[in-house]
Amino acid sequence: MAHAATSHDTHHGDPTGWKRWVMSTNHKDIGTMYLIFAIIAGLVGGFLSIAMRLELQEPGLQYFTNPQTYNVFVTGHGLIMVFFVVMPAVIGGFGNWFVPLMIGAPDMAFPRMNNISFWLLPAAFALLFISLFVEGAPGSNGFGGGWTVYPPLATMGHPGPALDFGILSLHLAGASSILGAINFITTILNMRAPGMTMHKMPLFAWALLVTAFLLLLSLPVLAGAITMLLTDRNFGTAFFDPANGGDPILYQHLFWFFGHPEVYIMILPGFGIVSHIISTFSKKPIFGYLGMAYAMVAIGAVGFIVWAHHMYTAGLALNTQRYFMFATMVIAVPTGVKIFSWIATMWGGSIRFTAAMQWAIGFIFLFTVGGVTGVVLANAGIDRNLHNTYYVVAHFHYVLSLGAVFSIFAGFYYWFPKMSGRIIPESIGILHFWVAFIGANVLFFPMHFTGLSGMPRHYVDYPDAFAGWNRISSYGSYIFAAGLLIFFYGILRAYLSPVRAADNPWGEGATTLEWTLSSPPPHHQFDTLPRFSGSGH
Amino acid sequence: MADAHARNHDYHIVDPSPWPFVGSVSAFLFAVGAIMTMKGLHIGTLKAGPIIFTVGILGILYTMLSWWSDVINEAEHKGNHTRIVQMHHRYGMIMFIASEVMFFVAWFWAFFDSSIYAGEEKAFLRFAFTGGHWPPTGIEVFDPWHLPLLNTLILLTSGTTVTWAHHALLHDDRQGLKQGLLLTVILGAIFTCVQAYEYAHAGFSFGGNIYGATFFMATGFHGFHVLIGTIFLAVCLFRASKGHFTPKQHLGFEFAAWYWHFVDVVWLFLFVSIYLWGSQWGAAFHGH
Repeated sequence: MAHAATSHDTHHGDPTGWKRWVMSTNHKDIGTMYLIFAIIAGLVGGFLSIAMRLELQEPGLQYFTNPQTYNVFVTGHGLIMVFFVVMPAVIGGFGNWFVPLMIGAPDMAFPRMNNISFWLLPAAFALLFISLFVEGAPGSNGFGGGWTVYPPLATMGHPGPALDFGILSLHLAGASSILGAINFITTILNMRAPGMTMHKMPLFAWALLVTAFLLLLSLPVLAGAITMLLTDRNFGTAFFDPANGGDPILYQHLFWFFGHPEVYIMILPGFGIVSHIISTFSKKPIFGYLGMAYAMVAIGAVGFIVWAHHMYTAGLALNTQRYFMFATMVIAVPTGVKIFSWIATMWGGSIRFTAAMQWAIGFIFLFTVGGVTGVVLANAGIDRNLHNTYYVVAHFHYVLSLGAVFSIFAGFYYWFPKMSGRIIPESIGILHFWVAFIGANVLFFPMHFTGLSGMPRHYVDYPDAFAGWNRISSYGSYIFAAGLLIFFYGILRAYLSPVRAADNPWGEGATTLEWTLSSPPPHHQFDTLPRFSGSGH
Repeated sequence: MADAHARNHDYHIVDPSPWPFVGSVSAFLFAVGAIMTMKGLHIGTLKAGPIIFTVGILGILYTMLSWWSDVINEAEHKGNHTRIVQMHHRYGMIMFIASEVMFFVAWFWAFFDSSIYAGEEKAFLRFAFTGGHWPPTGIEVFDPWHLPLLNTLILLTSGTTVTWAHHALLHDDRQGLKQGLLLTVILGAIFTCVQAYEYAHAGFSFGGNIYGATFFMATGFHGFHVLIGTIFLAVCLFRASKGHFTPKQHLGFEFAAWYWHFVDVVWLFLFVSIYLWGSQWGAAFHGH
């Protein structure tokens, strides 16, 4: 039914040219801006990481004459990848594009607020970028205390304005995400098509719903923590200064009360994306739909009460550590429900190994590796040894770089025909996958070894004993980067080719509502709301 | 579907708007100006911080004014606020308040971390500063039964006057609506004045000690919210005098009232924890 609108691609009275984007109140246009923003920020963050790997390829100092600059790169890489790449891509990009389409809504609940959620991000990114070029620690530019921004390094250690720019950057990014979260929750709860009950709603919408609640409840606590940092730095308050009665551990609690839900914020949308891809290309409904939905709810809820497992070496009481250890391990249960349900979905399915499907299976494999090392690190005793080693770096890159980022690429290859109406040749997506899969594993798997043998993170140099695996890691990062060239070549090919995507290029396995629309969908879809009678998953 | 633009749903497809972009640019200028002012940075010889800061603030205020004017116009004149759209706004406001609650959680967390564990000997530097008890040695705190109690009564009373205004509106009693709102605004303003008077007579400062830091951050953030709430109610009073709001549709008023109650409840927690439990008066009962 929606095909009738194809010829009216732009709505009468809607602005064109730059105004279409700057003044947008259209969820698809805003989603597109988010995706482009994430790609640009990803190139910046990726550049920082390649510079780090170049430096670490050999022991001794190669490129960084000032070791503090290396720390600034580490910090910038972390903050950019978390706040300006993964979150904008999965929540702002795919969430904006596909939550309304999947639930049969004409747009988001607050289309104008949606746009400020986006436009606050370039403002925040600009502040973070400025931060790299103004003084932080005495005599050098930028903030080099890590993405966690712990005091006293973040108070007395960096008196220059660099971190103040960083803090206000996080304030703006946080405000953007809180507004986005309000928008998603309202949209998902109120705007589902007639007949689509919560228990028939696609899993990607469930994922975004849980994610949005995590954002809504955790980000204000981060805002509070960094506001206290700001006043400690500029107005002489003593929140984190023990000499005047404050407590630096307080900051760690506040930060990780946000920080731990944040890691689920980055991965839950990926869970949603992967569920649809696995189901589509296995030509089967997802196995255990309700279990999958409530596993995400459980992960989100328990995710709020495990934060201090990031602080085992901070001197917490042993009973506190015991509690956080057990609570953390509980999360493996709903996560296992998800992994096994994906496998069970594929079991006996009529599987097509498209590019998107290969990325999704790669996600399941690599995320599981990261999840298993997570269970290892959850043990307070083992963490005594592994805390702040490369084992931790390996762990969280397996869940984020190889988990969240793989889910982004999976989603991109899955939905690109729908978003653009064009086709990236399958062979290019598959080649990209294998290059990235090999590159990422060569890059991150050796970090388990260097970490287990005691190599600490956040250092520009290391003893010769670690040279071998570090060299291999660096080669892996170049392979992964080469994969990105294939990715961009694929997009280029799609836009140069005259081939156009069908409304549903994936066949009968693709059952969600976005495939009932044209590719790309009309500027405003569902002028008549679809009456939903399917199972939705 | 003959006409692709015939909308057969009650959702509000909002017209394109410049305000999100203007607001974001203003927020950027605000941030840059604030940092330049705090750090005394200058461009060439010009101390541009305060100028950029002011431009940013004005831009933000202008964005708020224009954006909400659009919203009011859509509600009052364009008829965009159907039942379902009103429901969206209710959800939105509830979740905005929920996020504000979590913001206050951060300040309360800082307060309880400092006050409950002031006697924790392992944190020896802090112990040396506080003397192992709360309030810390040498801090002269407010008598909770003096101005703080007065302010509690003022805010609780303002909660009843705003409810009076609400019921008047529901019964289409415009006079009662305006009187109730006016009284609430006045009570809010009195609260702010009392708070300002109290701040001016504080025996401790924001900087240099943990007591002042937690006290001023929590009560100051609350005071800022009282100010916002008072302005919100004043806008409602202005709109009421312009003939806005009907007994059936008055979201702006409803949200101002919700916000006011939220500010009220936060104060009760502040009063009980920081003023009462965290004072010498409270110390007698929690054994420090």
